[in-house]
Amino acid sequence: MIRVIGICALLMAWAAPSVQAETLRMAVTTSFANSGLSDILLPAIRADTGLEVQLLVVGTGQALRLAAAGDVDAVLAHARAAEDQLVADGHATHRREIMYNDFVLIGPADDPAEIAQADTAAGALARIAGAAQPFVSRGDNSGTHVQELALWQAAGIEPQGRWYRATGSGMGAALNFAVATGGYILSDRATWLSFGNKGDLAILFSGDAALFNQYAYLPVNPDRHPHVNAAAAHRLEGWLTSDRARDLIDGFTIAGTQLFTFNATGD
Amino acid sequence: MAAKLAVSLDGELVEITIRSLQVTITATLIAALIGLPLGAWLAVSRFPARRYIIALLNALMGLPPVVVGLIVYILLSRAGPFGVLGLLFTPTAMVIAQVIIITPLIASIAHQAMRELWADYRDLLISLNATRMQRIATLVWDGRRTLLTAKLAGFGRGIGEVGAIMIVGGNIDNATRVLTTAIALETGKGDFALALALGFILIGLAVAVNLGIHMLSRTEQGSLW
Repeated sequence: MIRVIGICALLMAWAAPSVQAETLRMAVTTSFANSGLSDILLPAIRADTGLEVQLLVVGTGQALRLAAAGDVDAVLAHARAAEDQLVADGHATHRREIMYNDFVLIGPADDPAEIAQADTAAGALARIAGAAQPFVSRGDNSGTHVQELALWQAAGIEPQGRWYRATGSGMGAALNFAVATGGYILSDRATWLSFGNKGDLAILFSGDAALFNQYAYLPVNPDRHPHVNAAAAHRLEGWLTSDRARDLIDGFTIAGTQLFTFNATGD
Repeated sequence: MAAKLAVSLDGELVEITIRSLQVTITATLIAALIGLPLGAWLAVSRFPARRYIIALLNALMGLPPVVVGLIVYILLSRAGPFGVLGLLFTPTAMVIAQVIIITPLIASIAHQAMRELWADYRDLLISLNATRMQRIATLVWDGRRTLLTAKLAGFGRGIGEVGAIMIVGGNIDNATRVLTTAIALETGKGDFALALALGFILIGLAVAVNLGIHMLSRTEQGSLW
């Protein structure tokens, strides 16, 4: 008898109902999902367009690789040069800017490298290197990592040594590492504000134009990857650039701070 | 506090818990179908390469899940040889990866158990002139209790595994998110309380499944001896 009940319970678990909606797979950067913005946008997309968007939350480098392999229908990324390359290679039909936020430099609140007094982001990194204070790098070819490397280049510094710690992990894991070791780190503002384990780290430097962080949408090219759901990707692009998206994105705040700014333009 | 959080998650939590069970139980059953006869066959057969196969199986018990995940990912990617099947980022892909991880473990433990049983049964089965298939069937049936341990070990390895299913499943909300990948996600968000609560649920689930299996199998205890 007990066995019969057990088997019945198993069968019921297997027959769990699956709601079938038209699905679209989109690779997105960690900041889009970790900030909580996706929790606001996805239900609205579902309600307005009937599309169930399945998110693959990965770094921009991996997101663009997924697109190049045809494993996703669209990408939301933030690394301009790599995105242009994806379009040039014919894997994506075009690049459409959606919204932006900015990167911030985070570090111990007592700021031993005194980066808060720096004039530019590159100057702030130079102070960290000069003081040999621990700096945590994503080291995973993500959009944030690419941005960080560009800043080091602008500062004319080849970051290496015991103070420079490349973790090869996502934004959240890298932030956890920085909190635990009292290091400096570059993060996008949205992920930092919504991050739950801030420890005694704080935003020390922000506002440089070099820290501008543009997010763009790239639909995968159906000529190269015939199985992709190009029609759904087109509908999603229409929604992401609509006034409805503008209201939701601009209206998304954490602790009273607006995290993303909509800047998509019409066709 | 963690327990309260876990309770308040309700619907979504139930869904990812069921998905965890679906993926790992399916993988364990398939792996048992392959691994148990393989282990028994290795116990009753004698051929030159046998010891190498056994050594290989033992080594594969420690197969790194992340490598299995990467290989399955490359095979199932649209750019890979099985890309046309469109299996990447589905629960099926997660089952495939876990079968590869679990099978050597089940086969190895089954082989160990069957070897001892075979020492007891060898003379009897040979005097009965049983065919190899009959020998294997007898060992698997009479050793089914010990083999349960092999299956539970396989289940244990699968239910707590994150490296492979994160890569081939993609941790997609409402599609391929399971308990372990949800824990990784919440840790990444810095929400340690929720991650920990999910961890306790995962541990509780493993204990419950083991207890449940033992209760189910006890019903035949009377007939065994």
